[in-house]
Amino acid sequence: MYFDTIIAGFGGQGVMLIGNILAYAGIAEEKNVTYMPVYGVEMRGGTANCTIVVSDDEIGSPIIQNPVSAIIMNVPSLDKFAPRVKDDGFMIINSTLITEEDMKPFNSKTYAMVPSRDIAIESAGNEKLANMVVLGATIKKSGIVQLSSMEKALTAGLDKRYHHLIDANLKALQGGADFV
Amino acid sequence: MANKELVKGNEAIAMGAIEAGCKFYFGYPITPQNEIPEYMAKNLDNEGGTFVQAESEVASINMLLGAGSTGSRAMTSSSSPGISLKQEGISYMCGSQIPGVIVNMSRSGPGLGGISPSQGDYFQSTRGGGHGDYRTMVLAPASVQENYDLTMKAFDLSDEYRNPVLVLGDALLGQMKEPITRNKYKKKEYKQDWILDGAKGRERRRIKSLYLADGDLTDHNWMLFEKYESMKKDIMFETKYLEDSKMVIVAFGSVARILKSSIAMAREQGMKVGLFRPITLYPFPTEELSKVADSIKNFMSIELSTGQMIEDVKLSVGAQNTTVDFYGRPPGSIPSPDEFLEEIKTIYEKRIK
Repeated sequence: MYFDTIIAGFGGQGVMLIGNILAYAGIAEEKNVTYMPVYGVEMRGGTANCTIVVSDDEIGSPIIQNPVSAIIMNVPSLDKFAPRVKDDGFMIINSTLITEEDMKPFNSKTYAMVPSRDIAIESAGNEKLANMVVLGATIKKSGIVQLSSMEKALTAGLDKRYHHLIDANLKALQGGADFV
Repeated sequence: MANKELVKGNEAIAMGAIEAGCKFYFGYPITPQNEIPEYMAKNLDNEGGTFVQAESEVASINMLLGAGSTGSRAMTSSSSPGISLKQEGISYMCGSQIPGVIVNMSRSGPGLGGISPSQGDYFQSTRGGGHGDYRTMVLAPASVQENYDLTMKAFDLSDEYRNPVLVLGDALLGQMKEPITRNKYKKKEYKQDWILDGAKGRERRRIKSLYLADGDLTDHNWMLFEKYESMKKDIMFETKYLEDSKMVIVAFGSVARILKSSIAMAREQGMKVGLFRPITLYPFPTEELSKVADSIKNFMSIELSTGQMIEDVKLSVGAQNTTVDFYGRPPGSIPSPDEFLEEIKTIYEKRIK
């Protein structure tokens, strides 16, 4: 099985974190993974993105021109990455910041509008977990890892001082998975 | 999962160094290798070592020379322009036969260039780099696990040959994260009858690279030459799909890594393409590649430069009725597997009738 995704948004939306957590979930299931952060001259407050590959076989390139999927957290990322997603791929769109109007140029693509902020509040009572909501949606859509691996992934990937939040993170992941 | 950690490429180098018993690190910051000094600053002290942020690259390499002359395991790291500054010291280390590990997580040039990955330092790394007739052994990892394993190995090779060993990576290999297993270092003993540790109860020793007496420098250079020749027993390389290949792509480091995807795609499209990846760039696996050319006649060197390693490829297979094509990609952005696939396809269709 092979899966890749580009996760993109503003710095601060937690895109690098969910990239790491997805990679840890792959490791928990003894798959091969690569995590490639955006590399360039970046500015504070600018955009951030990372590419994750999860595969049962050896992974060649950690850099993907046309990914199978993308998690898009803001409009600048939509314009940059949506055209690159494979025609038979899918996108998880953060509809808290991206409207159907924004999606018009990309109507030929398959995507799910996920109100990440609302689901984070409903499912976990914490709007900061919007990133986990979109990750949960991606995991459900792709089936690349099991939601049951996420506790292990969060334990390995989160700093110990945030471990008391693992339950809330799991709820947000579940909330995202249930939505799509 | 217990033994797999998700680790950034640069950190894996620092982890490998500490595991191999590196006790001194000297460096001066430069992108894209700053996680190496960062990790060393945080962890080397706890391992009974010393981290020094030097005032310059020139200072760091000379500190490495000093630490190496005492028989201590030591490392410096930098990126291309910083490695250029270290060349004088590397030449002195080779001339004085002082071990030490030098990591170049290269960026692009010439001059300050940029921070994107590049393989434009191939000549500098494999042809000596500084003044004089010398060589450094060069190891080129292509994964985070290899960053870790080959850094450990670099310390052994450096002690074995009493010569600096260069680990050559780039921004991609430094910034990427992959799961690694922290393999344990197996300690080896090396002769230390030359180190400077205070001449108590023994004859004093002298470490130098100046040979003025008639004939001395000639002998010294021949001795060094024989040492470089003897390094061939530690040549490393990786091959893929050579059994049925009609064309072989030669590539190293991150490019070889990206090409593994391109080659898999090419094979899905029916092209019988294989990979030859030198892991030691010096000594280059010349004889090993030449053996491949006994049965396969078409080669293609793919590099993130306008053509450097291709010279070694031609020296290896050029006399065997072969074709050696080239695709070069000067630095600027990171090439995708699809881009390489198109170039492979063009050459394959031209060469394989």
